[in-house]
Amino acid sequence: MFAFILRRLLQSVVVMLVVALIAFLIFRYVGDPIVSMAGVETRIEDQEIMRDRLGLNDPFYAQFWTFLSNAVQGEFGISYRLQQPVLRLISERLPATLELAFVSATLALVVGVLLGIFTALRARSLLSGAIMAVSLVGVSLPTFLIGIGLIYIFAVELQWLPSFGRGETVAIGPWRTGFLTDSGLKSLILPAITLSLFQMTLIMRLVRAEMLEVLRTDYIRFARARGLPEKVINFRHALKNTMVPVITITGLQLGSVIAFAIVTETVFQWPGVGSLFITSVQAVDVPVMATYLMFIAFVFVVINLIVDILYYLVDPRLRVDSRRGGH
Amino acid sequence: MTFKLTHICAVLLATSAMTGAAAAETLRWAKAADATTLDPHAQNLGTNHNFLHHIYETLVNRNVAGELTPRLATEWSIKEGSPNVWVFKLRQGVKFHDGADFTAEDVVFSLDRARSDKSNMRQLHVGIDKVVAIDDYTVEVHMKGPSPLYPNNLTNTFILDKGWAEAKNVVEVQDYAAGADNYAVRNTNGTGPYTLTTREVDVRSVMSYFDGHWGEKPVVTEIVYLPIAENATRVAALLSGEVDFVQDVPVQDVTRLQSSAGITVTTGPENRVIYFGYRFGDQPLKSSNVTDSNPFNNPLVREAVHLAVDRDAIQRVVMRGMSIPAGVAMPPFVNGWTKELDAYPAVDVDKAKALLAEAGYPNGFSVTLDTPNNRYVNDEAISQALVGMLGRIGIQVTLASRPVAQHSPLIQANDTDFYMLGWGVPTFDSAYVFNDLVHSKEGSYGAYNGGLYSNPELDAKIKSLETEVDLDKRNATIAEIWAKVQEDRALLPIHNQVLAYATRTGVEIAVHPENSPLMMDVSIKK
Repeated sequence: MFAFILRRLLQSVVVMLVVALIAFLIFRYVGDPIVSMAGVETRIEDQEIMRDRLGLNDPFYAQFWTFLSNAVQGEFGISYRLQQPVLRLISERLPATLELAFVSATLALVVGVLLGIFTALRARSLLSGAIMAVSLVGVSLPTFLIGIGLIYIFAVELQWLPSFGRGETVAIGPWRTGFLTDSGLKSLILPAITLSLFQMTLIMRLVRAEMLEVLRTDYIRFARARGLPEKVINFRHALKNTMVPVITITGLQLGSVIAFAIVTETVFQWPGVGSLFITSVQAVDVPVMATYLMFIAFVFVVINLIVDILYYLVDPRLRVDSRRGGH
Repeated sequence: MTFKLTHICAVLLATSAMTGAAAAETLRWAKAADATTLDPHAQNLGTNHNFLHHIYETLVNRNVAGELTPRLATEWSIKEGSPNVWVFKLRQGVKFHDGADFTAEDVVFSLDRARSDKSNMRQLHVGIDKVVAIDDYTVEVHMKGPSPLYPNNLTNTFILDKGWAEAKNVVEVQDYAAGADNYAVRNTNGTGPYTLTTREVDVRSVMSYFDGHWGEKPVVTEIVYLPIAENATRVAALLSGEVDFVQDVPVQDVTRLQSSAGITVTTGPENRVIYFGYRFGDQPLKSSNVTDSNPFNNPLVREAVHLAVDRDAIQRVVMRGMSIPAGVAMPPFVNGWTKELDAYPAVDVDKAKALLAEAGYPNGFSVTLDTPNNRYVNDEAISQALVGMLGRIGIQVTLASRPVAQHSPLIQANDTDFYMLGWGVPTFDSAYVFNDLVHSKEGSYGAYNGGLYSNPELDAKIKSLETEVDLDKRNATIAEIWAKVQEDRALLPIHNQVLAYATRTGVEIAVHPENSPLMMDVSIKK
């Protein structure tokens, strides 16, 4: 068990190094950070001096090495755009993203599973057909359009909910939460729906398909034959067996929800790490982009590690395999 | 932190309870981007200057008509007998937010800081030899040579308190390469009408009226500054009544906002001209099918392009009326502008074709046009329109569209055959255009002359502008330079950008040519 985790950890380090390396290769093509830092009115000699001071004229492997050696010491540098330490910027923005991700994931899971069960059990009903049709919208419409659409309906026309921002926040230690104020909760509704819609429809369709599959199996038929009540068959036996893949998918999707909140955050001016990343890309703010990508890689690596460990605990076959050393 | 929160709550309560009371008026101001730093000399960016004008003050200011007005300096003049020295009389009784008095030594300190190595404002002050305090309220700025227009360079150079800067260890400007941030990046101490009470970068900044300010008390006593990056969201926030003023209104939304109840749109010209630049010189163009000559080097070809561009159509279709077509590459406020220069011919495709044939390109030629796609209003769409218009006279243009961070280096490295650029003139004088766009690229001249236009005769005239003290003579030279630039068709001007400000009806904000509206000048009608 210990060796397994150690090996996975080593693999994770390699993954993060590769991510950082690729990121630095790409940064050379994103553009010139000096253009957005200095504005066109700055003399070209002065821009050259700045470029030199920041080490932007160094070859990329030298820049990569500087970044890595600083990162190992917990130094992520200063944002070119905002002139503040990157680590502080990201940690200030992180609570907003995590709260949004948490609410969206919960919403997606609860509503997705419920609707999935419903459409599976009442597969032929009119309402199921309607839900399935509407769910196509969730899968196929871009997040951007959904967000703008919701803003126009609920903020501009009905004026029930705010169109942007996070409302008031309360600081609990270093964590600024929007859960404790009215405006904070109201501000959360539209972005959370927008972000969760894709996962929600995904989970719903997954649950439905799995459930229909399970309902056809022999043990369900035998359970029915035994005269067990429908409720027990559906929820204790059928649902339980559909949940295994759902939990796997949800776990993996949680990472995506954090990483791909970018669009939702931009549409709603949600002050999270995603919108920070977008503005940083526009300004070619290399330190922030590099740190953000490393952070997202870290999130995925950690989630995968946990999933792997869970598999290891749950599935005895993996243990046998690993002893043999084969994959 | 908790203090901050209670403060915000109090502010919000106060605003909801007191709407209608003249005593406290809050203005919620939405803009596409936040100020990046609060250090006034760290970055020369319009958004930062606009933000900081409320907290810090400059010696002289520029009003909405584009004229210089007194601010911390009450009067300024060239010292009698020494043409190199500017004398500034300072305003008395001005206090910084921390209570310190504003005196001449603060001005000396600030100008020295602004022209220090790490400052991004230094290019505006390179002409300074030394700054001297004569007494508490008189400062002399000794220039290296006669600089008749120097006060124009002061409109965005803010004055800090020397004592505060020393106490907070911010005498030097933030160094990007250093490991730690500077106190002045996140804290302020100015003489302006507002103090910064809350700041969350990219989220919200709150400024409230500073009781000790020397000027008249403004109508707006509190500003809530809200950066909203997404165009549609920013407009939605205004429509839903969550903000009072949207500064960056997307062109496509202007008409709709104008017809929305309860919303007023104010438009006015911006200090920025959009033009196209050509590659000059005998070398064939890199992107062209003509491999033995450079078509753009032929004045007939440039004249043909000039005749083929339908500026009115670009204004009507691409800009939806939100531009002022231009025949000369400078905005109308700039010294040297005339109606005659700005006139442009009617489109004449036949004549343009004839000119191309005369130039030796009866079948036209091909060329790549480099355009930014996120810098100017509808930049890419304008270039697309140009592609079609030049296609009509046989010039096949391939469009290469890039974000500005990739587009600008092309021009600086002279690595483009045909390019779009927008040019603002912060000094409001033609010399600024000539120095960077017309003068041959050498030393600090011709920085954005990416096509390497070169005319030694003009270069000499441009240099003479810098030291010419006789303004009439100087203006005559400016007119001569423009005449030659226009005759040569050295630049292909398209239009001046127009700014649109949208407000809740009742809030009156005049459009500022540098897009730097001041909330203390806002009036609110009930």
